[in-house]
Amino acid sequence: MPKVTIDGKIAEVEEGTTILEAAKRIGIKIPHFCYHPYLTIAGNCRMCSVEVEGQAKPVISCREPVKDGMIVKTNSPMAVEVRKSVLEFILINHPVDCPVCDQSGECDLQDYYFAHSRAPSRLTDEKVHKVKAKKIGPNVMLDAERCVECTRCVRFCQEIAKTNEMTITERSDHSEIAIYNGREITNAYSLCAVDICPVGALTSADFRFKKRVWFLKSTPSVCNHCATACNIFIDHTDHTVYRYRPRENKEVNGAWMCDAGALSYKRINAEDRVLFPMIGKDGEMARTSWDEALANVADVMKIVEPEEIAVILSAQASCEENESVAGFFRDTVKTPNIFWSGADADPSFADNILKDADRNPNESGVRTLTDKRIDGAPRAKIYFIMDGVTEKELMRIVETKPKGIVLIASHYGSHQHYPDVILPKATFAEQSGTFVNRKGIRQKFEKAIEPRGESLSAVDIIARLRTIYK
Amino acid sequence: MKKVLTKNFDIPDSHTLKVARANGAYASLDKLFKMKPEDVIEEVKKSGLRGRGGAGFSTGMKWGFIPKNTDKPVYLVVNSDESEPGTFKDRAILEKDPHLLIEGIIIAARAINSRTVYVYFRGEYYRQWERFFGALKEAKDAGLIGNDLQIHTHRGAGAYICGEETALLNSIEGWRGWPRIRPPFPAIAGLFGCPTIVNNVETLASLPFIMNEGAAAYAAMGTEKSKGTKLISVCGHVKKPGVYEIELGLPIAKFLVEYAGGTIEERPLKAVIPGGSSVPVLTAAEALGGCLSYEACEKAGTMLGSGGMIVIDESACVVRCLADIAKFYHHESCGQCTPCREGCGWIKKICDRIEAGDGRDGDLELMLSIADNMQGKTICVFADALAMPVKSFVTKFRSDFEEHMRLGRCPK
Repeated sequence: MPKVTIDGKIAEVEEGTTILEAAKRIGIKIPHFCYHPYLTIAGNCRMCSVEVEGQAKPVISCREPVKDGMIVKTNSPMAVEVRKSVLEFILINHPVDCPVCDQSGECDLQDYYFAHSRAPSRLTDEKVHKVKAKKIGPNVMLDAERCVECTRCVRFCQEIAKTNEMTITERSDHSEIAIYNGREITNAYSLCAVDICPVGALTSADFRFKKRVWFLKSTPSVCNHCATACNIFIDHTDHTVYRYRPRENKEVNGAWMCDAGALSYKRINAEDRVLFPMIGKDGEMARTSWDEALANVADVMKIVEPEEIAVILSAQASCEENESVAGFFRDTVKTPNIFWSGADADPSFADNILKDADRNPNESGVRTLTDKRIDGAPRAKIYFIMDGVTEKELMRIVETKPKGIVLIASHYGSHQHYPDVILPKATFAEQSGTFVNRKGIRQKFEKAIEPRGESLSAVDIIARLRTIYK
Repeated sequence: MKKVLTKNFDIPDSHTLKVARANGAYASLDKLFKMKPEDVIEEVKKSGLRGRGGAGFSTGMKWGFIPKNTDKPVYLVVNSDESEPGTFKDRAILEKDPHLLIEGIIIAARAINSRTVYVYFRGEYYRQWERFFGALKEAKDAGLIGNDLQIHTHRGAGAYICGEETALLNSIEGWRGWPRIRPPFPAIAGLFGCPTIVNNVETLASLPFIMNEGAAAYAAMGTEKSKGTKLISVCGHVKKPGVYEIELGLPIAKFLVEYAGGTIEERPLKAVIPGGSSVPVLTAAEALGGCLSYEACEKAGTMLGSGGMIVIDESACVVRCLADIAKFYHHESCGQCTPCREGCGWIKKICDRIEAGDGRDGDLELMLSIADNMQGKTICVFADALAMPVKSFVTKFRSDFEEHMRLGRCPK
């Protein structure tokens, strides 16, 4: 394996590794705009130029493979000068509208400018003006003046989404990112183009002007929108989630996630969240306290035999939640009737990139506890159901007129009229846990925000129930 | 000097097959097909022929880079995208002796074992394309080109950058005309990812002479490092602008008088750009002391380039000249690499401002600094093509620029 010296540190890497990647492995970050590890190499921004001993001209580290004995300097006067000049070239026609730019605070151009240049502009002439604030797709806004023309978004649409909506038009300093005539960036992954934009040229129509990013905290998590379970960051503040961003995982989602998943954060903040325990009285659901609700549940469970209780686990809930529910009913209540359910397969959602027809993030996980999907009514008198059960399945249960239905749910839905008790469940963002995705990969996620209202994770609900169930 | 390229130029209807054949066209083919391809390459190497597109790289050596025993098709691409300001020599060949080029194509294709040839025409060269296409049809109909050699023509859309060989390949493939990063060089992975040789029109048109008369006859002309003859297209303030074939090594002073007829109204010479707008300018003194050969131009700090000579006399404003050059390169930068995309426009703005009389202190240093930041820092040499004129104009004619600033207007 070639050994390369970068800024005095030695890196030993596989044949063919680029200088930039070799440097990354030994903790040296070489600034760059156009390079992205999951896209082809464009080599046009010139920001990653470094000095290689024995070469008269600066070398672009994103493309140059290391050679044994190569000596690279990322901070020599030559390399620093190139970076400074590239920043100057980019900034002469950049509007420098950071105060109103959504990217501000997570902008590579801003960060590099403060790290490398801080020089005032030498341009005294008029800047070039281009298209601003143009909606180029349902989820994407373009500001061509802020663009550094790294072509990451163009390459993304060609190589990952394979929809080719974007291109560069015109030449010289008039060239700009554009959408082909009559088209929009409508691919199912358009927000990834926003995510990989190193500057504020592409911004999310949804997130635009919602929050300055420096107020946001990022929690590593896993998307629950389908069985792929893409790795994400949940960006949140003040107990509110503002966006999901894809988090790199070579095995699962690369550096991408679909728009539907990215926008599914809205479910966490949604109006129809179950915030308080609800109990059915005279055909109406009314708010109650946890104590009363759980006492009611414990009482109902006592009037029937354990065999007459059925439990339906959820492919939407985490392994920990399902295990605690299953464990309690199997070992303490001693009911043999443990089933699972989850959203129906949705072939229209699937593609051959990331999106999976299985809309449950944890089907593989729940099926390690029980392989019996609720199918028809198992003739029980009391049902203990986690949300995820389909409407059809619920209606079949309701038709048998059971003595009681207890629903643990995070959202209201069409099912809200049937249960006798609804216990508010925290969403995955409000607890830590594990999903097992369609490939069988176990992925942990962390708690991002406090549960909304009085909702609790199923783990906590079962812990409380244990204290009063004798 | 024996005429290599222009021998048929003055014959009426020289572009027709009948006239061309009567004057020796396709005479080299019998000999060619008796030779092994590697012997053809060897012969061209021995002739010392260097690429006439501008870079001046040894043609035979370039052919030798094609991998041996490759299982991929080998392409020959003819670069006929002549777009450099001041350069119009290939145009003369295409118009007056297209059969010379076709004969050259057959020789080169045989040497590198290529069965498919693309001739890439500058978008604006419609008549030239027409003439070449007509000649091609005649040659095919006469059985001079067999079915085992497909010659396609491809017309560009008028972008200067498509004359850069890798941008040209992208353009043929249907992509945006953006230069590719090398390596790999086209000889290894060029058109459609296959081994490809890109040769200039004039280079190929020199081959029939080498095949007919032998490498030694060709190498007998010119200087030690610049063998043979070269077309010089001269324009600007000369009495007889046009395309002339010269023996390499000819003094510029002699060329200006004997071929170009001297400056208009015998006005004093101000400057000469010897090889197309992208090469460093020479002052009158430098030009009059220099010669037209690769090594002499290099010694004078410039390049022979494409042989597109622009002659500037005292009546012209050099600031305006540079502003015009900057306008061209600003218009034509492909916009791929940051320094070139932004730098060309910036330089143009400063040049225009100085010419308009609004120059400021530090503008000249700024231009030199921008040129430094552009040169050698991009994928292709387009950035250098503006940086070099900027540096040479500003340093060699600094007083003219300062005069603009002092007067607050153009003195001319």
